[in-house]
Amino acid sequence: MRSQAISAVNSSPASPESNLRGGSTGGHSQGSRIRTREAWRQSWADRLGPPLAFVALICAWEAACRFFAIPSFLLPTPSAIVEAGIKIPLSQWAANIGATLRVALMGYAVAILVSIPLAVALVSSRFLSRTLYPMLVIVQSTPIVAIAPIIVVTMGASDLPRVFITFLITFFPIVVSTVTGLLATPEELIELSRSLRAGRVREMLHIRLPFAVPFIFSALKISTTLAVIGAVVAEFVAAEHGLGFFIMFSTSFFKIAQAFAGLAVLVALSLVLFRLCSLAQWWLVPWSLPKGQR
Amino acid sequence: MNDGSHVIRFTDVEQTFGRGDGSAVTALENVTFDIGRHEFLAVLGPSGCGKSTLLRLIAGLILPTRGTISVFDRTVTEPRDEIGIVFQRPTLLPWFDVLGNVTFPLRHKYGRVTAEDRARARDLLALVGLSDFATKRVDELSGGMQQRVAIARALLLDPDILLMDEPFSALDALTRDEMSFELLRIWSERPKTVLFITHSIPEAVLLADRIIVMTPRPGRVREVIDVPLPRPRSIATMSEPTFNALASHIRGELFTRLA
Repeated sequence: MRSQAISAVNSSPASPESNLRGGSTGGHSQGSRIRTREAWRQSWADRLGPPLAFVALICAWEAACRFFAIPSFLLPTPSAIVEAGIKIPLSQWAANIGATLRVALMGYAVAILVSIPLAVALVSSRFLSRTLYPMLVIVQSTPIVAIAPIIVVTMGASDLPRVFITFLITFFPIVVSTVTGLLATPEELIELSRSLRAGRVREMLHIRLPFAVPFIFSALKISTTLAVIGAVVAEFVAAEHGLGFFIMFSTSFFKIAQAFAGLAVLVALSLVLFRLCSLAQWWLVPWSLPKGQR
Repeated sequence: MNDGSHVIRFTDVEQTFGRGDGSAVTALENVTFDIGRHEFLAVLGPSGCGKSTLLRLIAGLILPTRGTISVFDRTVTEPRDEIGIVFQRPTLLPWFDVLGNVTFPLRHKYGRVTAEDRARARDLLALVGLSDFATKRVDELSGGMQQRVAIARALLLDPDILLMDEPFSALDALTRDEMSFELLRIWSERPKTVLFITHSIPEAVLLADRIIVMTPRPGRVREVIDVPLPRPRSIATMSEPTFNALASHIRGELFTRLA
């Protein structure tokens, strides 16, 4: 009797139909087939809706620019932006994208390597947390755009200041999220660990850090876009290549459509990085995702 | 001093907790009682009577402000191996499958899990009725099944003492009754000294050999009640006159102030 109850409980989330309908319970009646068809239509609407809305927005933009005869140096039409983008040789795009990507990823990597150990230190020691946390908040409260020129002067003309600026913009959310995650571990598991006398290192490695993984990944996802922002801010201040530099350069020659093309590529870059981070989570730690997203 | 029967002994235990503002709250006062070997003792009382504090004192997770707690005639000064704990929430680890959760105490304590350990964990899963679920993810299980896994995890190191902190209170009423009988079956197959904290009167009467009724703020032992119901107990036990008489007696004890 018990095993029956167990299999009944277990079969409903496992059936593909119920997954399609977002996990609601159902049988195999006539009604459920109709509901399945509705669900199918619903899922297509869900999939097609966003791109259609996007295309509609672009069309409206194009139409408005033409209809109101907006000068292209104020707001270029989407078609003019595409045209300007195509005129730039691929090699130039590659060089600019490569430069920005390199700085963004290096800053991002340094931020991860610094933030997670730092978060562990903050959680492990009351003294460190009391001493370091105010400093971190001060760093975070400083407008990075304002100190970027100072950093460039101090660190010279290499990638170093750019990576450092990217790091400064990127690391704080990772620290805060990781700390939150490390502290969100259920108290019972900490008590279990203490009752086993497993030690604080194992408590951190076996319990707290894995529990923080969903928190760490949500910060890592946000930080991909922050890393791109950091790299662009750094390039605004001092660079000879990169998408930030490309946009500055284009606007200074009033090539607004070309600047918009650079901007579009930047957005695409951010989106790709964000998506890659989501995929990494799905690939490496699928259990950390909500049930429907695995 | 030990007549060979008791496993856990509380002697005049007082527990106060400091609060942030410098004041102190007395959670337990003048608590003295014994638990015998393989006895099933239920601790019953309203919330805030220090029931969970009792459990944490036995587990060595906290030390008493005054008095002593001894386990097997040794004063508790730190956590030790003879004790398994089941908490109110199953608190399983979502990154391990069911078997990984049952073997977790060994992995956590010694850093490795042998094939023998895994075989033992499988035996425990069979004991709690989850043989076919070893490789399932824990979030595929219902609340009752998760709590079964937590019981198997608590039994992994074959402790002499099982501490249970309102283990079924987060479950729905039907699952809760089912789990009570399951626990009785598991306990008869693997006899342990059990301290079972609950705020359900029928649960306490059905499961326990003795019931300690606590008073709230500060928690004191109000009454120790023997449960003379014969074992094995079943659903029929719950309709026996003794069962109902005991339950209403305890209800009267707990609600004297309201009566």
